[in-house]
Amino acid sequence: MKNGTAKAKTPKKEMAYDLRLYVAGQTPRSLHAFSNLKRICDEHLAGRYRIQIIDLLENPKLAKGDQILAIPTLVRTIPKPARKIIGDLSNTDRVLVGLDIRPAGSWDGQ
Amino acid sequence: MTTPARTRKKESHPLELAKCATGIAGFDEITFGGVPRGRPTLVCGSAGCGKTLFGLEFLVRGARDYGEPGVCISFEEPAADLEANVRSLGFDLVALQKKKKLVIDYIQIEKDRIAETGEYDLEGLFVRIGYAIDSVKAKRVLLDTPEALFAGLSDEGTLRSELRRLFNWLKAKGVTAVITGEQGEGKITRHGLEEYVSDCVVLLDQRVDHSVVTRRLRIMKYRGSRHGTNEYPFLIDEQGFSVLPVTSVGLAHAVFDERISSGIPGLDEMLGGKGYFRGSSVLVTGTAGSGKTSVAASFVAAACERGEPALYFSFEESPDQLVRNMRSVGMNLDRWRKQGQLFVRAARPSAFGLEMHLVQIHQLIRDIHPRVVVMDPISSLLGDGADHEVKTMVLRMVDHLKHAGATALFTAMVDDPGLETTDINLSSLVDTWIQLKNVETDGERNRLIQVLKSRGMAHSNQVREFNLSAKGIHLNPVYLGSGGVLTGSARVLREAQERALDAARQEELQRKHNLIQRGLRTLETQIHALQAEKEAQEHELALMGTQESSHRATLNAERQTLSISRQEPGSKPNGTSNKAGSKRV
Repeated sequence: MKNGTAKAKTPKKEMAYDLRLYVAGQTPRSLHAFSNLKRICDEHLAGRYRIQIIDLLENPKLAKGDQILAIPTLVRTIPKPARKIIGDLSNTDRVLVGLDIRPAGSWDGQ
Repeated sequence: MTTPARTRKKESHPLELAKCATGIAGFDEITFGGVPRGRPTLVCGSAGCGKTLFGLEFLVRGARDYGEPGVCISFEEPAADLEANVRSLGFDLVALQKKKKLVIDYIQIEKDRIAETGEYDLEGLFVRIGYAIDSVKAKRVLLDTPEALFAGLSDEGTLRSELRRLFNWLKAKGVTAVITGEQGEGKITRHGLEEYVSDCVVLLDQRVDHSVVTRRLRIMKYRGSRHGTNEYPFLIDEQGFSVLPVTSVGLAHAVFDERISSGIPGLDEMLGGKGYFRGSSVLVTGTAGSGKTSVAASFVAAACERGEPALYFSFEESPDQLVRNMRSVGMNLDRWRKQGQLFVRAARPSAFGLEMHLVQIHQLIRDIHPRVVVMDPISSLLGDGADHEVKTMVLRMVDHLKHAGATALFTAMVDDPGLETTDINLSSLVDTWIQLKNVETDGERNRLIQVLKSRGMAHSNQVREFNLSAKGIHLNPVYLGSGGVLTGSARVLREAQERALDAARQEELQRKHNLIQRGLRTLETQIHALQAEKEAQEHELALMGTQESSHRATLNAERQTLSISRQEPGSKPNGTSNKAGSKRV
């Protein structure tokens, strides 16, 4: 897993969802988070998203910009306002709510 | 089995733990060197008690004075706010950051924009702190306050284990950390940070007592080191954080044989002719208006005259008022103030707490190094209902002055001039005690001065009257009357009486003198008269002798003539003629 690995999969047009996933080294938790994210995006945002992966062990100064504390942290930079989801993204519903893809409380389990 | 022996061995050879001087005035003294080096220290207290300032000063002093760059991780205030807050204390955080001696990282936690799903850790925080430390090679770290994380993140279990890991990680990195914590109800900190930071815990406290705020600091715990256990007053002023190390004063002050003038010749005379001992403490007590301030100012003026720096704490008058009032008794204090030799510090006792006064006094003594210190009056510092603790603190202050080698003069107001005690039992601590009294006799008030005690010197036992005039303080000689010492008009009257008595005696003497003179003159005249008479008589006697001899001579001559004429014929045979003659007769 390298920075920007997911970029290639995204078409070169204005992305509806611009996502950054902050990790610190390739820990099982980070890999888990990435695969969870990838799956959710492919299911719900196919073709409308871009994922950028930032490894803070390689670029520690980037942590300050998005106020990163917890690892892993997913930041939705577009659409505005920015949203943050921390954790391994194992709860799909909460990720969807967190990313504002699905309003809270609707479609639950259907 | 070997454990007790090992412990004992450790105690008998105490290996003092490495310490990191904070540079905070007074704090390093009470901790015997500072906070534990390479370990975290928890500073806790309620809101607004100065935790952040303590931490920032620790960083700034480290970067500026000890060559130890620092990192400030702020969880509560943005860097710009911190920079603005401490700029008034002379801490230029911006410049330090430019010089790569300080990094400020503000960690913002917006709970409403963060969703949590699944497991996480705080590696991001570690990376940020680590990056900040590496960027300036920091030796000191401030975390202010990591408790804010509890408000932003809901997984408390993860937070706790991550905080524990964080503190251990800081220790492993070898940085000296200060971690602040908000005081919780019944707990040292709200979220129990003390569980993880157990090497050194400092408690800051802010109390309102008699509607005056006092701040105190206490070292709650210091593993592996001795430390002062008292509560120490501290102060936040234009120079930063200051702790008053009141207990770091012993009885081992140096003594001086040198004597210094009290500024009043008559008083010097009463004190064995030479004045006070240098480095001693002098107490001047008296009722209102008895001249305490004048005695104190004379002492200060004399010190300035000798070229010694002097410090005057005025708790009742403003500096200008003091200068004006002392001008009326012939003292020009303004001159010394302008020359920078006399420093007058005026503050209302009620302006702030006693601790604050003491810390300020302490700072001034440290900065000015005065040889002479006056506190006028020390009694007003105490106010009403001063508790025992406060009194002890004043006594320690007095002791501190002795330690600093400064000659201290305190004035104290007493209500009952007859009572030879003071409110705070200062008398046992002072070396010289001068009492001023106002006595009312014959419709006037007059001032008396006496030396109640003066250690180590012969001093007068007399009660003397003194006058305040444009020429200064003048002590008058003593007159004892039937009711004790005569003062004021009574003294003047007595003086006049003595003068009259003296004149009368003089007159009497003159009279006697004249009388005897006259007698002598009479005698002399008599002597002269007698002498004259004697001479006259002698003259007469002499005259009588001559008359007689001339008479005889005449007689003889007549007789001869007669005989010659009778014996004309038989003048040849002389003998026969005689016989014949005789025959005839």
